[in-house]
Amino acid sequence: MFDTTMITTSLVKLNALAGGLFLLTAFALVATRQVLACLRIYIGQSVLLAFSAVFLGALHGSVHLFLVAGITLAIKSILIPRLLRRTVGQDIYARREISQILNVPASLLIAVAIAFAAYAAATPLLAVSADPNESINLPIGMAGLFLGAYTICVRREAIPQLIGILAMENGAFFAGVSIAPGLPLIAELAAAFDVLIIALVMGLLTRKIQEAMGTTAVGEMTSLREE
Amino acid sequence: MELLYILCIPLLAALGLLWPGRRISAQGITLISSLCVLILSIETALRTISAKEIIAVPGFISCDSFGALILLLVAVVGFAAAIFSWGYIDKIGETRKGIMVRPYYALFNLFMVSMLAVPLFSQVALVWIAVELTTLLSVFLVSFASTPEALEAAWKYVVLTCMGAAIALLGILMLYWGMSAVSQGPFTWEGLTMASSKMSPSILNTAFFFILIGFGAKVGLVPLHTWLPDAHSQAPSPICALLSGVETTVVLYAIMRLFPLFHGTSAANMGMWLVIFGLLSTGVAAFLLIQAKDYKRMFAFSTVEHMGIILVAVGIGSYGAHFGAMLQIVGHGLAKAICFFAAGITLLTTDNRDIGSIRGLIRTSPVCGFFLMVGALGIAGAPPFAVFLSELSIFKAGLASGQYLVTGLLAVFIVIAFVGVLFQVNHMVFGKPAPTLKTTIPGTCMAALVIVVLPVILLGVYIPGPVYDLLRLAAYSLGR
Repeated sequence: MFDTTMITTSLVKLNALAGGLFLLTAFALVATRQVLACLRIYIGQSVLLAFSAVFLGALHGSVHLFLVAGITLAIKSILIPRLLRRTVGQDIYARREISQILNVPASLLIAVAIAFAAYAAATPLLAVSADPNESINLPIGMAGLFLGAYTICVRREAIPQLIGILAMENGAFFAGVSIAPGLPLIAELAAAFDVLIIALVMGLLTRKIQEAMGTTAVGEMTSLREE
Repeated sequence: MELLYILCIPLLAALGLLWPGRRISAQGITLISSLCVLILSIETALRTISAKEIIAVPGFISCDSFGALILLLVAVVGFAAAIFSWGYIDKIGETRKGIMVRPYYALFNLFMVSMLAVPLFSQVALVWIAVELTTLLSVFLVSFASTPEALEAAWKYVVLTCMGAAIALLGILMLYWGMSAVSQGPFTWEGLTMASSKMSPSILNTAFFFILIGFGAKVGLVPLHTWLPDAHSQAPSPICALLSGVETTVVLYAIMRLFPLFHGTSAANMGMWLVIFGLLSTGVAAFLLIQAKDYKRMFAFSTVEHMGIILVAVGIGSYGAHFGAMLQIVGHGLAKAICFFAAGITLLTTDNRDIGSIRGLIRTSPVCGFFLMVGALGIAGAPPFAVFLSELSIFKAGLASGQYLVTGLLAVFIVIAFVGVLFQVNHMVFGKPAPTLKTTIPGTCMAALVIVVLPVILLGVYIPGPVYDLLRLAAYSLGR
């Protein structure tokens, strides 16, 4: 009896650790100045998402969540990086700094404010649940989602924007593994497949933009606007 | 079973087109597949009138009368767009080298599958995936011309709508969370509606806002509409008709499905928020439409305006307003197809996007001038067309439920948009003609235009019995 409670509490703590690190990667995405580092942070974030799914799966004794973790690892930390390397390889490996609209310290300050806002938005929802994991995963997932959106807004380059979108999906799924563990497997599979198509479509589009305009600074494209 | 056929036929057509080797005509296959889809959709729609719901895969794929209405609209506009593409894409190929016809039709079919899937899926998480796929499968149709402008439009389109989709995903997961706490039923629209009165109101509210903002980005609700005029003006015209006429509507359908969840709950007044967002979209779009310099952009702003009108009508909340919303959905989808087809042939004959430098089309190219005028009158809501009837019934319902301010503002915005569209199109159609290129308009383009013009006029003067039943049942499904 003692053992099971200890395992349970340590699993909850491990999940909290994964959550904390997940939040850290979301901040790191805002602050990083190199494309390759962005991609690596995204891979790390996906691995943490998979870890959280494993811990929660062990807690609830759910094989389903282990499968989710497996799908996440396979698609997000192996397939997507390979795919991006093939479609937009030279853009990722060109060692260069990418510009941001705001400087890094100001950006991080705003990011902190966004994370607090996510906690504030999630708190009233958690009043109805007694599960400690939900009170970790939901606010952190929401913060991941908002920080991903913020990353897209301050970046002018195609690949960091693409990674921002993938990070937003990661945030939603990080909340999802805790609040919606029973989603049918077909939906989980389709969603993971969908993320793969996002990476493929946006990667190919980036390559087309690069070929047509010689740059991937999508923030500089302003020929279409109201006069 | 026919529900599965509707999804499989265009999918098979797309796979056939992607298969290496070029023995078969891409246009022919697309035409046949969209004709089959149209026939099956009509049959499905007729069956939903008598049998409340057709279920193909319990808990996953089913179709009620609201779904059937959307399905039918997608099928009709898709069929017309397939015919229009035949002449239009061939004509473009004559002047520009390197046009890839087969990938175009393969993507066209895949895009159709994703749009048909939204009303057919009843599992809410799968609906989200279908909505996301409508974006991903149409990105390369938007960037088809491969000009810098088209690529820019495609990039904005994919980034903003995918951001929206991620936000909507969290909303949908929250809905599942709220539902699984109180019910063991399947995670379908129907299951949600039955469980919603027991669900926690704060979860329901937050989930609704996430989904409204997320899917609203794709519908083009005002703070998030910036991608829409770009994408809808840069895509080839048949694709514009699909994007503007039905893709936005299909996503709006997913938002409207949430409306019945709020009956009999202590959650906030969702109708009010729909009215606020709707009025904002209608008003801003009406003013942006007046200053548009590119006629395809102008029609794109008109889409934002109409999405706003439909949201307001849903938000007003009475049966009459819902009936008006359903008729508006159909009228707008078909009229917008006329507008973009007419804009397409105008672009072919003049090779010019600028409203200011096109004059006297009715003399130089009477066909373009005539259809452009019909499209403008149809979309602005002039009397003999369907949109007039639906707007009138929305006003009537608004006044009957005592929402004078909302109805008044809506009427003002609609009049501004009416004047704006007609003023701009008037400028293009009449006046002293400017020299134009001499080109013949393909017969298939004319045929597609006739296919969409006829129902718009017909619905404005007389709604046939089965269509009326379908609209009535769809409007009821939004009520309690």
